[in-house]
Amino acid sequence: MLSIKGLEVKLEDEDKQILKGVDLEVPAGKVHAIMGPNGSGKSTLSYVLSGRDGYEVTAGSATLDGEDLLDLDPEERAAAGLFLAFQYPVEIPGVGNMTFLRTAVNAQRKARGEDEMSAADFLKFIRAKAKDLKIDADMLKRPVNVGFSGGEKKRNEILQMAMLEPKMCILDETDSGLDVDAMKLVSEGVNALRAEGRSFLVITHYQRLLDHIKPDVVHIMARGRIVKTGGPELALEVENNGYADILAELDA
Amino acid sequence: MAGLDDLNVKEGVEEETVEAVKTLAGAYKYGWETEIEMEYAPKGVNPDIVRLISEKNEEPEWMTEWRLSAFERWEKLDEPSWALLNYPEIDFQDQYYYARPKSMEKKPESLDDVDPKLLETYKKLGIPLKEQMILAGVEGAEDMPAEGRKVAVDAVFDSVSVGTTFQAELKKAGVIFCSISEAIREHPELVKKYLGSVVPVSDNYYATLNSAVFSDGSFVYIPPNTRCPMELSTYFRINAENTGQFERTLIIADKGSYVSYLEGCTAPQRDTAQLHAAVVEIIIEEDAEVKYSTVQNWYPGDEEGKGGIYNFVTKRADCRGDRSKVMWTQVETGSAVTWKYPSCILRGAESQGEFYSIAITNNHQQADTGTKMVHLGRDTKSRIVSKGISAGKAQNTYRGLVSMHPKAKNSRNYTQCDSLLIGDKCGAHTVPYIEVKNNSSRVEHEATTSKVDEEQMFYCRQRGMDEEEAVALIVNGFAKEVLQALPMEFAMEAQQLVAISLEGSVG
Repeated sequence: MLSIKGLEVKLEDEDKQILKGVDLEVPAGKVHAIMGPNGSGKSTLSYVLSGRDGYEVTAGSATLDGEDLLDLDPEERAAAGLFLAFQYPVEIPGVGNMTFLRTAVNAQRKARGEDEMSAADFLKFIRAKAKDLKIDADMLKRPVNVGFSGGEKKRNEILQMAMLEPKMCILDETDSGLDVDAMKLVSEGVNALRAEGRSFLVITHYQRLLDHIKPDVVHIMARGRIVKTGGPELALEVENNGYADILAELDA
Repeated sequence: MAGLDDLNVKEGVEEETVEAVKTLAGAYKYGWETEIEMEYAPKGVNPDIVRLISEKNEEPEWMTEWRLSAFERWEKLDEPSWALLNYPEIDFQDQYYYARPKSMEKKPESLDDVDPKLLETYKKLGIPLKEQMILAGVEGAEDMPAEGRKVAVDAVFDSVSVGTTFQAELKKAGVIFCSISEAIREHPELVKKYLGSVVPVSDNYYATLNSAVFSDGSFVYIPPNTRCPMELSTYFRINAENTGQFERTLIIADKGSYVSYLEGCTAPQRDTAQLHAAVVEIIIEEDAEVKYSTVQNWYPGDEEGKGGIYNFVTKRADCRGDRSKVMWTQVETGSAVTWKYPSCILRGAESQGEFYSIAITNNHQQADTGTKMVHLGRDTKSRIVSKGISAGKAQNTYRGLVSMHPKAKNSRNYTQCDSLLIGDKCGAHTVPYIEVKNNSSRVEHEATTSKVDEEQMFYCRQRGMDEEEAVALIVNGFAKEVLQALPMEFAMEAQQLVAISLEGSVG
């Protein structure tokens, strides 16, 4: 599914190397977690994969089902099935949540050469998905993320994910700013989307999210590289010992 | 800007230019031309032309005199230069002031007699001149009613009104809706009483010129305590080349009445600029209410700023009666140059004026637009919401006046002016004038300027929208408060227009 090889990335405006050779394979249907201390390059990886401006890829490759991601515009990557749940979902004043989603769904369908979804079908679809995430009709009408609580914003990201049905989902610190109940709700939403043809890359600083979204593989990222890979037990190890040991190993 | 200077280009070059305009400005949907035999008055303006227009409209002597005195005054006036607009000098003698399809020489008895070519033109513009229900679309929200609505249309083609729909049905309600030329003939007492009573002949350079040479336009009279049974609209189409359109609209809402009035405008794309100078007067008596909505989509010129309409318009509503109310809503996406300040005279006690505006300028378009709220009566209220959007190399100015007179005790105004910039070569300007001459009134003014946010763009694109879709969505959100003030199908048209007028503004 997602294949990253020797990815090196620097900031466009500064001479600062952030990713220093990332190698990562996420097979279809699997959930991989990336953990790591602040500043390790986790969020940068999610931005580079989704095509945000401001970064320059200096070496390496990233492909989704064999298709070169780095060559595509952000919207083309989205249409290819890549979805990023933002750490800080953006507010768009005046644009109703429903209008936003309908525009997005139809834009992707158009890009894939499919017919637009009719208003009636869309309504049915979104109401069903929203119900699962305990998102009420009012939240669907409000402007995108404007005045949403932290929990509402993250639930809204998962709603978008459910509506767009991507094959590769990247969750960037989705647990940040969530209380226990909200985290449970969001995790349930993600778990409901787990499927054979759909992979997840869950980026998180803490282990607690992984209690709810059980990963198949855990990677530790530090100083712009994946430095350790293991099973779910690796997350617990980090939880107990912190990142200090791993960083010390690197320095050794 | 180029424009009028380009009349003398060599033939070969002109071909190329025309081709370039066609490919570059492909975004303008209404740029085609109707091939129809026209009759023109000789070029230029002078007392003979004024008399000729009056004669073509079979006007009474008092009207001809009114026009001639306006012309005499106009000759002594200078073109104003205070607006933040930059355009080549207009040669007022190098224009046609009257252009009428030959088939309109004998006035059609009914819509069935109208030249099929003209009917076809309006059909193509999406304005069928048939008495049928207009079906609401299903775009966007889930809350929209699906039932049909009736909208009566007065269709103005170059210098003449070609037909007005639903006249008989409106007449049953006592509503008069016809072309102004017909009103001058059929309802002289009303026209005499009200014409020029809101925008006097001496008002300003363009209004004075309009008073002398206006050829047609719409007339509306709503009798006391009558709610107009349908929306009324006028659709202005400029077709003829080198021809100015000077229309005049007069709306009278008698005591306790209500009407919603819509105005639409388009023109073919040409690489020479064309002049449009209209006057709209609205009289609102006690407890009456008028909503006036405009979607202005004149040809804006091409990407290089060649051609387009120069739009100099004077619109004013006089809230004469107590508790009278007016609401102006405008979506200005077209024209190369826009000079327009729909205003409210709040004369009656507790009268209210509202102004909602979206002005979008792209490429080389220039807009200097806003409103005047003149508070004369006690306890009057006004509200201004202006959203200016600039892209390309365009300049967009909000110019507004809020004036509280000594007798306008306890009056209030709220003004909000927001500007949105797309790219770094365009400009947004806000020029508010505030005069308060009593100490019990309150004036509030808020203004913001922002740029289309990169985070928002990335968010939209990550969800699958391309840059243009993303900009259109964000801008529609920015302008939402104003779009909501429009009647429904107008709001939809406006939303689509926002997207079309910003095409090519990113990337």
